[in-house]
Amino acid sequence: MIIEALLAFTFAAALLVFAVPNRYAHKLAFGLSLVPIVGSLYMWSAFEAGGNALTGGQIAFETVAPWLEVAGYQLQWYVGVDGISLPLVVLTTFLTALAIMSAWTPIDDRQSQFYGLMLLMEANLIGVFTALDFFLWFVFWEAVLVPMYFLIGVWGGPRRKYAAIKFFVYTNIASLVMFIAFMALVFSLPVDSFGLPEITQSLAAGELTAFYGLPAETLALVVFAAMFVGFAVKVPVVPVHTWLPDAHVEAPTPASVMLAGVLLKMGTYALLRFNFTMLPEQASAFAIPIGIIAVVSVIYGAMLALAQTDLKRIVAYSSVSSMGYVILGLIAFTEFGMGGATFQMVAHGLISGLMFMAVGVIYNATHTRIVDDMSGLADRMPVAVWILVAGAFAYMGLPLMAGFAGEFFIFVGSFGSTALPYAPVFTALAMFGIVIVAGYLLLAMQRTLFGPFRLETDYELTRAPMHDIAPLVALLGAIVLLGVAPSLFFDMILDATVPILELGGGL
Amino acid sequence: MSLLQIEPTSWLFALSSLGPTVVLVLSALAVLAIDSLSPDARSNTRLAATAAAGTLIALGITVWYLLAGTGQPATGGAISLFSGAIVVDGMGLFFTAIFTSVAALVVVASYDYLEDDANPAAFYSLLLFATTAMSLMAVANSLATVFISLEMASLPSYALVAYLKTNRGSVEAGLKYFLIGAVSAAVFAFGISLVYAATGSLLLPDIATAIGDVTDLAGILGVGILMVAGGFLFKTASVPFHFWAPEAYEGAPAPVSAFLSSASKAAGFAVAFRVFAEAFMPALDVAVDWGLLFGILAVVTMVLGNFAAATQTNVKRMLAYSSIGHAGYALIGLAAVTAGAGANNATVMGAAMAHLLVYGFMNTGAFLFIAMIERWGVGRTFEDYAGIGRKAPMASMAMAVFMFSLAGLPLFGGFFSKYFLFLGAINAGFWWLAAVGAVTSALSLYYYSRVVKALWLEEPTGNLDALDSKPTGLYAAVIVAGVITVLLLPGFGPVIETAEAAAAAVFA
Repeated sequence: MIIEALLAFTFAAALLVFAVPNRYAHKLAFGLSLVPIVGSLYMWSAFEAGGNALTGGQIAFETVAPWLEVAGYQLQWYVGVDGISLPLVVLTTFLTALAIMSAWTPIDDRQSQFYGLMLLMEANLIGVFTALDFFLWFVFWEAVLVPMYFLIGVWGGPRRKYAAIKFFVYTNIASLVMFIAFMALVFSLPVDSFGLPEITQSLAAGELTAFYGLPAETLALVVFAAMFVGFAVKVPVVPVHTWLPDAHVEAPTPASVMLAGVLLKMGTYALLRFNFTMLPEQASAFAIPIGIIAVVSVIYGAMLALAQTDLKRIVAYSSVSSMGYVILGLIAFTEFGMGGATFQMVAHGLISGLMFMAVGVIYNATHTRIVDDMSGLADRMPVAVWILVAGAFAYMGLPLMAGFAGEFFIFVGSFGSTALPYAPVFTALAMFGIVIVAGYLLLAMQRTLFGPFRLETDYELTRAPMHDIAPLVALLGAIVLLGVAPSLFFDMILDATVPILELGGGL
Repeated sequence: MSLLQIEPTSWLFALSSLGPTVVLVLSALAVLAIDSLSPDARSNTRLAATAAAGTLIALGITVWYLLAGTGQPATGGAISLFSGAIVVDGMGLFFTAIFTSVAALVVVASYDYLEDDANPAAFYSLLLFATTAMSLMAVANSLATVFISLEMASLPSYALVAYLKTNRGSVEAGLKYFLIGAVSAAVFAFGISLVYAATGSLLLPDIATAIGDVTDLAGILGVGILMVAGGFLFKTASVPFHFWAPEAYEGAPAPVSAFLSSASKAAGFAVAFRVFAEAFMPALDVAVDWGLLFGILAVVTMVLGNFAAATQTNVKRMLAYSSIGHAGYALIGLAAVTAGAGANNATVMGAAMAHLLVYGFMNTGAFLFIAMIERWGVGRTFEDYAGIGRKAPMASMAMAVFMFSLAGLPLFGGFFSKYFLFLGAINAGFWWLAAVGAVTSALSLYYYSRVVKALWLEEPTGNLDALDSKPTGLYAAVIVAGVITVLLLPGFGPVIETAEAAAAAVFA
């Protein structure tokens, strides 16, 4: 019942915050957002599960109740977590609270609606990571889009309307493609519910039948491709990444934090859950194209970041690059590849959250994000600048920080992959991406933060207030903690990802 | 169930079976009586309360009957009254629930809309008489009662559309609606006479049995069926009898547009489902493949409604075209009942009925939001709507819910109703209807989201000071409709189960 309690509380908190006057909303929202953290940490401490939720492992905090019936299929309220989803739930609750605090300075209009939407999005994100029935999951999945659409569209920058609609249209079309593909898959299986475990196990048992004259093997390949496209937009990978920089640049800082920190993980989480767990053989069949997509995302994303002059755009494109690593780890189909990719989802969530927040704090003070407009900020706002530097090093994979652990696991896993042909070549190319990341981050740091002080705006530079710095410190602490002790999450992640390998991928 | 233990032939039994209809007509008469007894008082509050009470009691009785199984297989099947001219069954009750819900919302909203009106009694009584007739349409089981109840519903509707006597748009819309309505009524009546000529009966079950014997009159029967179909297409605002709808919905007072586009459309489908499923099923092989006809018209209606809606600059007119598009979705249900397999028929017809119910709430809510804007006098175009979310967040949030639900985003009731409908069509072999439905529905997100964009994302262009007044009745109706639209997602199970059971009973 803890998951239901968590969801109910967060939805109720969102409604409450909608109703309070603007001037109380920020503190109330932050206070309320601490409760889900406690709840998710309790789940972590009381977590007792083994294996993968979809392949027949033991599911923690599982509840099932019938919802309604359609054409002989039972739709259920079916929630529960395993070692893959629990870290993401913790990430969601943690990052939402910090994002809410980081909104205190920049959001000065319609606050109660803003914080209400943040909490509403949190509730739906928890739903996405805990739902184990397809329809339930799909409702939450789509319900995340609406708050984000408003967060970008109402509180965003100058081109916010364009960015919000582009985001909405891209992700909705992707959802439609994925939805139709998944329906075709389920209707070709002898299952009587939309429960994801039942569907996965039926597929693993080879029970897929022909669909409207399409042989089962072809159908599985088509469905895999359609679902991959649908989720790839959300991740995003090259070439369907173009909505991301627009959305990020126009979004207000807290929305960027959520977008990069959690919403992108929805895409990789769904890829892992649906494509790689349900259809592992098809994944192996597509290994080379997916490997190419992953490496191109890494390299091309990093090169695009190198060419940007806007700090936020740099961080945004580097997300494309980092997500490429995750895809590479998944397609490797090895213990460390998949485990590392899942770990990297959490690590990147924290690190990109930190980067966006730090850039936001600097923007609050300077009112510009253009690299050429400023230099030597280190003297004037030392704390924020040093945290930004620390975040950049985490991004580059400095040992003892979470980013290092994630990328190291991925490279170890992908190098020895048997599922991915030419795995060493792909790995070597992807590792080259780290050099470019280091290049653009150091270059941007050097130009903006160090050297003689210069700022070409009409604003006075002020020190960042405590409530801007506090979430940065908390995030940095979490990044170091996970870097020093990755096993906090990595053990349970491995527990849940290793069963996937036994289904038909590598090993 | 004491009411139904009365002797089945007594008039009391007939009255109690038609309980919702009786309550509606009594409340309409009560409104007239109040106004006649104190003609100078012009007590809008008293009249609105009477009308609201009437519709809500009728709704309560309908829901009670539905739950108790009145007229349904659980308690002995459909109740046949007046020599079979009227039959009370699950389907009739389901549709009556839609009409009374919509009427209740519209009455509550009209309380504010008619605040400065000279003669609110006329409005409420016309609305209640139209609802009464619709509840009769849902239970009419003979072409004679179908025609009479259809005209009984149409006549008050013409007057309601032209209710703003001094407004040229309203009067023009009323005239246009009346002329096309009169032509289609003539066509419909002629169609009935041809069907009667061929089969020798007006009772729907008797027509079905007689169709097997109309060897040389099959052509006449076919023409008759097509003309009867024309009458329904008019009532449901489907292509090719849709021309009146954009004008009428745009020109009429917005609460009337809400009523017509939700309740009146559902009433058209209520009769169409019953007449075609009960009487004309055997004619598929003998006279005319009306399933294919409705299928093609469904495609044209969906495409035309959605594409025309996408090009509008006036929000109310956009909603009018969207309402035509939704008639196309419901037509899928009418086309797919010809598949032949009983279970599939019931599923797809049940899905279409459930869609009309969900549509009743989301579409009524959307038009009532327009009514609120009209009352504030802000304007009609998308530009005029800019920034309203800033001044009226609750209502604008409800409007966002309606728009996303109409588009079929999987957050609200509109998702499941469309999904079940398309799935039913695929299972019945009409995958091409489902495909067109899915594509047009994806397109519709474009124009529905324009409203949300204007309300929330744009900055106000004009003066929005008028928004400081908060009309309670309109707010209550819009928010109730919004909450129900949200709740219809988790609570869709009972709705679809009731609808499918009711549909299955018709085919049994």
